[in-house]
Amino acid sequence: MASAKTARFKLNVNGREHAVTADPDMPLLYALRDNLGLNNPHFGCGLAQCGACTVHLDGEPVRSCSTPLSAVGDAKITTLAGLGTPEKPHPLQTAYVDEQVPQCGYCINGWIMTAAAFLKRTKNPSEEQIKDALSGLKCRCGTHMSILRAVKRAAKAMA
Amino acid sequence: MNAIANLSVSRRALLQSTGALIVMAGVPAGTAALAQGAAAAAGKKPALLPTELDSWIAVGRDGKVTAFFGKMDMGQGVDVAIAQIVAEELDVPADRVDVVMGDTARTCNQGGASGSTGVEEGGLALRNAAAEARRLLVEQAAQKLKVTADKLTVADGVISVAGEPAKKVSYAQLVGGHYFDSKLEWNGKYGNPLLVTGQAKPKPHDQYKVVGKSQPRRDIAGKVFAKTDYVTDVKVPNMLHGRMIRPAVAGAVPVSVDEPSIRGIKGARVLRKGDVIGVVAEREWDAIRAAQQLKVQWSDAKPPFPDQKDLYNHIRQAPVTKRETAKETGNVDTVWSNAAKVVEAEYEWPFQSHASMGPACAIVDARADHATCWTGSQKPHYVGEGVAKILGLPADKVHAIWIPGPGSYGRNDAGDAAMDAAVLSQLAGRPVRVQGMRYEGHGWDPKGPASVHRARAALDAQGNVIAYEYISKGFSRVDVNSNESNPKDTLAGQLLGAQIKPDWGFGFPAESYAFPNKRVAWETIAPLLDKASPLRTAHMRDPVGPQIHFGSESFIDELAVATGSDPVEFRLKHLQDPRDIAVVKAAAERAGWKPGPAGTVRRGGSGDIATGRGMAFVQRGHTVVAVIADVEVNKRTGEVRAPHFVVAHDCGVVINPETLHRVIEGNVVQGTSRALSEEVTFDRNNVTSVDWLGYQILDIKDTPQSVDIVLVNRPEMMPLGAGEPSTRPIAAAIANAIYDAIGVRVRRAPFTPDRVKAAIQA
Repeated sequence: MASAKTARFKLNVNGREHAVTADPDMPLLYALRDNLGLNNPHFGCGLAQCGACTVHLDGEPVRSCSTPLSAVGDAKITTLAGLGTPEKPHPLQTAYVDEQVPQCGYCINGWIMTAAAFLKRTKNPSEEQIKDALSGLKCRCGTHMSILRAVKRAAKAMA
Repeated sequence: MNAIANLSVSRRALLQSTGALIVMAGVPAGTAALAQGAAAAAGKKPALLPTELDSWIAVGRDGKVTAFFGKMDMGQGVDVAIAQIVAEELDVPADRVDVVMGDTARTCNQGGASGSTGVEEGGLALRNAAAEARRLLVEQAAQKLKVTADKLTVADGVISVAGEPAKKVSYAQLVGGHYFDSKLEWNGKYGNPLLVTGQAKPKPHDQYKVVGKSQPRRDIAGKVFAKTDYVTDVKVPNMLHGRMIRPAVAGAVPVSVDEPSIRGIKGARVLRKGDVIGVVAEREWDAIRAAQQLKVQWSDAKPPFPDQKDLYNHIRQAPVTKRETAKETGNVDTVWSNAAKVVEAEYEWPFQSHASMGPACAIVDARADHATCWTGSQKPHYVGEGVAKILGLPADKVHAIWIPGPGSYGRNDAGDAAMDAAVLSQLAGRPVRVQGMRYEGHGWDPKGPASVHRARAALDAQGNVIAYEYISKGFSRVDVNSNESNPKDTLAGQLLGAQIKPDWGFGFPAESYAFPNKRVAWETIAPLLDKASPLRTAHMRDPVGPQIHFGSESFIDELAVATGSDPVEFRLKHLQDPRDIAVVKAAAERAGWKPGPAGTVRRGGSGDIATGRGMAFVQRGHTVVAVIADVEVNKRTGEVRAPHFVVAHDCGVVINPETLHRVIEGNVVQGTSRALSEEVTFDRNNVTSVDWLGYQILDIKDTPQSVDIVLVNRPEMMPLGAGEPSTRPIAAAIANAIYDAIGVRVRRAPFTPDRVKAAIQA
């Protein structure tokens, strides 16, 4: 039966090693939230359509709701909490606070984690490039204008 | 960086290293929070009644003030405004006021987040309570310092004798850690109209130091650094994960459940009460798999819905369940035959979905004689009442705790999740966490109602409007109530056989246009499916505002066209209220509005792209808003963009300008999304727009580039609602701008490329 189908995975999350025994088909999101007890990332759609579950695998944004555990391998996983801390914030986190971006804030992983990877490889991006990079992410509260201001502000800080 | 530094240390202390909120077994929820605040106090706290000052304000040993607010903030900064209002009356800095929200054991029921009344009504009670607290503190100081109260001044929570600053005593020294034990007068009402008053008179506006100055939000850093727990993150010891099972054909009920179909999933089991079915498991992924694999035989339900293409005809033809007419002016019916010209139009608005970022979640721990509920609903006091009823417990035996949810714009799916979790927890005998899947967030949330708006006006030979009639007909705004206090208004309650009684309600255009003969009315029709319907309607940000004013403000524009008038001039000619006139003028001035009829001086563009400008004006409650939208219409593809807006906004005295700016921006973006993209689709069986591909919202590529906001500040007025009013004029402003650009009137929302293209070709 399906319940027998479990395997042991080593996950490196924000620099710490964890062992997880779970269904290889289980999305990474549930390993992070349920097995490891993290409060972040979030479940938004389970369909890779919104971004609320975004984490970095080796610095690249992936939708953890649709990434099976078996596909993680030994990639280093970074969540929003691992991107920066109040004491040592990522420039995007600083910019998000300065621009007072979120309303409900549930969408935040998608925008910040996607923008962080984008700004790392694209210095001084144009507004069009930023919009292209972030297109498809969802924010239901309508904070898009603040998001753009924050990403531009972070881009300057990272230039 | 201030806000980062301000990230509440006490909040962080509550968090485990994992970041997840752990609710300890055996410790009543809320106790942990009690310990964190400045308000930890000696003595016995008086009962949580509106008549007790201690129900509203506490001063801690460290002089920090706690305000207990019976509404809550959905990410628009209402809590900060409340802190400012309380700080102002108490003469302390705003950052010395903590605001406790949404815990039924700690706050009086002020109605939750509701109708943009957080500041307008909720703030009034807090303002009076804070003023009364200050009066009592000054009185005590007068005794202590042996002077009369009129000799005392207060600054930063320190009361001193005027001219003798050494003679002083602080709030903390006077009352810190103790209760006021003093009464307020209460109007006897709970919910939005709850009002308390003390003997003290609140401060006159010309002495304001804190109100009117921008203050940062308090929840941002927590969200940005993943320190904030959402309701989805609450973990209770011994908790099960649950998922609900919904039918493919709306209205079908389970005939039989094949429990062995999930036998292979560890720990998964089916829980059923009446027609409510859920699955639970120790692990969330197992609950999800069980929900996907469970085989259920459903009753052979008749497809409940019409073809979507027949929706508006259905609305037109359906029997009227209730009609209400606003105050009528003159006699409209006698005028039509004398008219030189009659202008008529109909406008159509679809069902829309809250489509919150995450499907709703709730955790309920139902015990034999009491229950605890963690909810993201914006009305936790009512959730507590509903959970009590569905569990058969007395209302005071349910403790509901609001924890921020994944987006909330009214009565969304949060209230249903709480009831589902309550039923499953009672069946399981353990705490159960229920979260919806995406198809439930989009497909099974209560919807904003679809409607048709019939407008006509009579003009005389000189082009004067001599009669005006505007009649909205649609599904009720409240098939289910805007709160969850009664199980009949929830999916679980309806599936358990609660007597269903929809309320019939819609609304009138809110404006002050004077026409010699004027009638505005609304009519409601019955829901398409009366029980557990995925198309049941309820309040969604600015309930029925966008649809009513899409029609009414488009029609005002059509009248301007029919009379050869400039749309701003036409509005100014007919608006009566000076504040209405002021915002229309303010928007026009800021936008550099060039006077002239639509399709003339403001039209532009080249090639396939045509540009134009449109205006819309609305009231909401006592708040007034005028909007000017600039659009670009691609005449070949029908694609519409709205890159620039000017908004003039008068919500009385402005409490927190920068936060208000962002609230308005959010409303403009969400309003644009609803005007250009959003439409719930359905087939004969069920809702079919069940994800983000099926239910499109505005993408960042189509986001407005600028929203230029004029805050018309009225320091002499009370603060008025701002959470929703700027949502309602957006669709009309865009439609009017489309007409200005291409001379084509779009009368059905949303203005999708196909629809605009068809209108161009018609």
